[in-house]
Amino acid sequence: MSYTASELLAVSASRLLADGKIVFAGVGTPLLAASLARLTHAPHLTIVVEGGAIGLEAEPGRLPISTNEMRAGRRAVMLPSITQIFLYAQRGYFDYGFLGGAQIDPYGNINTSVIGPAERPRVRLPGSGGACDIACHCREIVIVTRHERRRFVERLDFVTSPGQVGAGDGRRRAGLLFGRVTAVVTDLALMDFDPATGRMRVVALQPGADLAQVREQTGFELAAAAEPDRLPAPSEQELALVRALDPARTFLG
Amino acid sequence: MDKVVTIEEAIARHVRDGMTIAMGTGLESCIPFAAGHEIVRQGRRDLTLVGPVSDILFDQLIGAGCVARVIAAWVGNVGAGIAYSFRRAVEDGVPRPLAVEDHSNFTLALALEAAARGVPYLPSRTALGSDLVRGHPRLREVTCPFTGARLLAVAALRPDVTVLHVQRCDREGNAHLWGNLGVSLEAARAAGTVILTCEELVDDDVIRSDPNRTLIPGFLVGAVAVVPAGSHPSPTQGYVNRDDRFYDEYHEETRSRDGFLRWLDRLVLGTRDHQEYLARIGEDRIRRLRPREPRPAAPVSYGV
Repeated sequence: MSYTASELLAVSASRLLADGKIVFAGVGTPLLAASLARLTHAPHLTIVVEGGAIGLEAEPGRLPISTNEMRAGRRAVMLPSITQIFLYAQRGYFDYGFLGGAQIDPYGNINTSVIGPAERPRVRLPGSGGACDIACHCREIVIVTRHERRRFVERLDFVTSPGQVGAGDGRRRAGLLFGRVTAVVTDLALMDFDPATGRMRVVALQPGADLAQVREQTGFELAAAAEPDRLPAPSEQELALVRALDPARTFLG
Repeated sequence: MDKVVTIEEAIARHVRDGMTIAMGTGLESCIPFAAGHEIVRQGRRDLTLVGPVSDILFDQLIGAGCVARVIAAWVGNVGAGIAYSFRRAVEDGVPRPLAVEDHSNFTLALALEAAARGVPYLPSRTALGSDLVRGHPRLREVTCPFTGARLLAVAALRPDVTVLHVQRCDREGNAHLWGNLGVSLEAARAAGTVILTCEELVDDDVIRSDPNRTLIPGFLVGAVAVVPAGSHPSPTQGYVNRDDRFYDEYHEETRSRDGFLRWLDRLVLGTRDHQEYLARIGEDRIRRLRPREPRPAAPVSYGV
């Protein structure tokens, strides 16, 4: 059964979401993953988007391009202001937060602001949007991204969204009350963070990927067990459902 | 008081060079593109633009040379990613240097909410551990005077003018809004005055029939202009869907500075008003963006 990297990402991310929880999802892969989870193992998963919709049920084939338009509000139970959405987040109501990023460091911190010095950037990226707030206020933060060496870097040019912040209790020291980055999902591997060093490490490999390849595509020292686990390939049912969600392949590429 | 004027008059009267203007506060919905284009046509300069996620409206005003500073959480093209005029201004100072006050969506929302509440700042727990806070004029880590906890103080941000596109309002500016609101209500309460562009001007009996849906009271509003499809290419719930293709075309056409200037000439500087802009987009295309079928909410009874 063949599948693309983006299909693999959506399926792998969906499997991390438990039924009955609340997920703070952005458009693209996160919303595909959350919608897929609702169609498979998590029918009572509540999807929240930062544009201001709670409990939306996106229509297959008409997934929103932004988190803040009528496609994102479809069958929502509530359309609050974004201030209210983030105040709910700050109170700790949201179980999962999905994030991507242009640059990710070994502690799961993310840069989506600038490449090069902040005062005179070589590339000016769009900025935080709600990413920094999602990173600060969700209980479990899941980073979903393609695995590329230019993304996984030892030092960020700018920390837009705090991950673990640093070794040990970095988040608590910074003043964040709860939350941690629980998983980094890529098309090559599933990673988490070593409690002793605070650094990212390989938990399991995607089908077909090997450890040398993961390290080749990572710009920092990445710990791993001698024999990492192997993630199961997407099932036929998962692939059929995720493709039906995005038949025009707007997000699946 | 009757506040209905043309969009040209509304901009001429309320938006002056050097002002701080909040627009696109609905995020990607109800962006007042028609009002933004009129600001370009009238040649305003040195504006500070405020908006969490402006989509391509800010990019257009930046490229047109109207803007000295943006206060935003995200400036780009939501469908396509990067916005080229924003990049050219920040990276190369073209057509003029641009200062950026970077926020997250929540810090910008709180800055407006603080102004809306008439207090100098609001405490929060967001952005701690982020470089956004470093050297920021409006974000400061503080110690809670009661608990000693580390908090982020977000200073108030008071726009001179907030421009909103709404579904319907009466002649005084009492407005019914629905769909995704973003920070529109916060921005309206924070501002010196509000310009409304609306899809429909309605009798005040319509407003009074459902007062819980009135989210902007008329006393905040300085001007009302009737501009159907005034949010194109962004959506207005129940009236016009998002023109996704427009954003992709804009992305391609504005890749170079010359391309942007051609785009600006064709659709903004070369059109007299929003009607001419819509005519150039094409009647058919606008018609296809209309909702396919109405989806009314269940009625509520205010009966006594």
